[in-house]
Amino acid sequence: MMQARSGRVDKALVAAAGCIVALVVAGGLYDRNFLSPAYLLQQLQVAAFLGVVATGVMLVVVLGHIDLSIPWVVTIGGMMATAAAGRGGWASGLAIPFAVACGVGIGIGNGFGVAYLRVPSMIFTLATNAIAQGLMVIHTGGFAPEDRATPAMHFVAVERSVLGIPNAVVVWAVLGAAVVGVLRRTSFGRRIYAIGNSERAVYLSRGNVRHVVVACFAIAGGCSAFAGVLLAGYASKAYQAMGDPYLLPAIAAVVLGGTPILGGRGSYLGTIAGVILVTLLQSMLSIVQMSEAGRQVIYGAVIILMLLVYGRGAKVVT
Amino acid sequence: MTGRSDPASRRGEDLRYWLAAQRGPLIAAGLFAAMFALFVTEHPAGLSASVVNTAANKGVLLALVAIAQTFPVVTGGLDLSVGSVFVLANCLASAVVAGTSLQVGLGVAGVLACGVSCGALNGVVVVFGRLQPIIATLATGAIYGGVALWLRPTPGGAIDEDFADLLTGSAGELVPVSLLVLAAAVLVIWVPYRRSAVGRAAYAIGSSEQAAYMSGVPVARAKFVAYLLAGLFAAIAGLLLTCLTDSGEANAVLGGSYTLSSVAAVVVGGTSLYGGSGGAIGTLFGAFVLRTIGDLLFVFDIDALSQPLFLGVVLLVSVSLGSFRLLRVTRRLELYR
Repeated sequence: MMQARSGRVDKALVAAAGCIVALVVAGGLYDRNFLSPAYLLQQLQVAAFLGVVATGVMLVVVLGHIDLSIPWVVTIGGMMATAAAGRGGWASGLAIPFAVACGVGIGIGNGFGVAYLRVPSMIFTLATNAIAQGLMVIHTGGFAPEDRATPAMHFVAVERSVLGIPNAVVVWAVLGAAVVGVLRRTSFGRRIYAIGNSERAVYLSRGNVRHVVVACFAIAGGCSAFAGVLLAGYASKAYQAMGDPYLLPAIAAVVLGGTPILGGRGSYLGTIAGVILVTLLQSMLSIVQMSEAGRQVIYGAVIILMLLVYGRGAKVVT
Repeated sequence: MTGRSDPASRRGEDLRYWLAAQRGPLIAAGLFAAMFALFVTEHPAGLSASVVNTAANKGVLLALVAIAQTFPVVTGGLDLSVGSVFVLANCLASAVVAGTSLQVGLGVAGVLACGVSCGALNGVVVVFGRLQPIIATLATGAIYGGVALWLRPTPGGAIDEDFADLLTGSAGELVPVSLLVLAAAVLVIWVPYRRSAVGRAAYAIGSSEQAAYMSGVPVARAKFVAYLLAGLFAAIAGLLLTCLTDSGEANAVLGGSYTLSSVAAVVVGGTSLYGGSGGAIGTLFGAFVLRTIGDLLFVFDIDALSQPLFLGVVLLVSVSLGSFRLLRVTRRLELYR
């Protein structure tokens, strides 16, 4: 679907940004502390974890696929990093790259199943998620692993080196800038969008569909594992099911940011807005001491309402 | 005149066509039969009514949720809220199914009505809201989970004992009643649905929504009914769960795992996630296959820690088996959407 690129405002981005402003203003009216820089920076730091996951999810969704292996790839990232840290010596220095490499490995497996075996991504990534879970259950022996985060992990996840900006946010910004560059300036990036619109067209124009799909799933796996590293650094430990709360919010953030779940379109700026929106929504609902039940209902209802405003599909007429 | 007009060869052709169309369900049924035979021969207690009953109760729970998932999948959609409706029905049933037999009857009707309303809301959002089913049902699933938590902030409640014994026992000391409930649900709801206009419309929409629309197929009605029936089947499963556990719990993890297992059961049962093929019978066997894997790991005394990995590997292998069709593809363009 061609759209004029210039002079056209991204409706989803405007709506998401509008909702963010509305949330902050409403929060400020409820309690002045919501407007304090300390609170907002803290939200940005929490958003960075979700943002790193959502980065990979967005690439996969633009392709027209979905990655349901996020929960346990995040956990693998956290557990492998802390396991390497627990060994001490040179192994702890390699904790972060090792964990990310594990995630990339699972991502390549996902990509292979989707691109070469042609299994629908929804079911294949579901199976790899089960395998990742099985591997981690064996790794930990069913108990909480007694490993700790390395200083490097603590540094990226918790500390604030420049002007009080959390390092996690800086990392997210760098990652985001790289993805924007790839999506807009490289043929690889343009092919991701093209595949989301028509795999056949890309195949017929001599694009290697399979390589692009495998690469995107590999990046998504790496992003999820890296988010696990950040989480483990933040909490100073890795634990079972630490990735479970990230799957649905990440997908919701990508879709609220204007990337249709069927792929082919979407901007990274929208995804950023979606991530911040979801994080703020979760945080504010918990701060106003809404019960967990009410929080879930409002969370679901807000997603539906926002999508009804700008995420509706075309009417079938022909 | 060709051989085609010859009745005998035409029957042969019909049979071949039928076999080709039913390959998925037949493979799932065969796989289940083999696995279950292995299970009862290896089980220390052998083929006793209680062994069958326990296995059936677990299998029927997943089968009902997976059949719920089948309705939207056939139309090319998906319902990620089936697990939440299942849990919501469980919480509601633990509160309202009690008292005199009339009250129990009303309570059961109320639980089923709750499931139908959840399904109807999904239908409205997907059909008239024109939202993508994956994301829309993800959001409604959060809402139903929230309502379940509101009904049962902490696990508890109970269900009428006589009703629970009736549904979880064995008829004539032999056939598990839960299996009869499943059979009745399939015969009374799925079979007539499959033969009705909306049922055929669902398959047409799954094959090509635009072609179905242009042929005057009632697209909106068929999709709406599919989500509605999904809610109904999930609620039946929730009712059965309450009979088995005698309590209600707003367990989001349980709901999530049932949602994901339901998708897996649908695929193992030979229904394409792209829609337009398969059906409840295949899904039923797909669910039984998935549940029997767990039982087999138990009787073969596989280390408890390795069981999740085994389950994952079996799931991965079984969903990858469909890739053998790629060997028959002669034009590479056909590989791509």
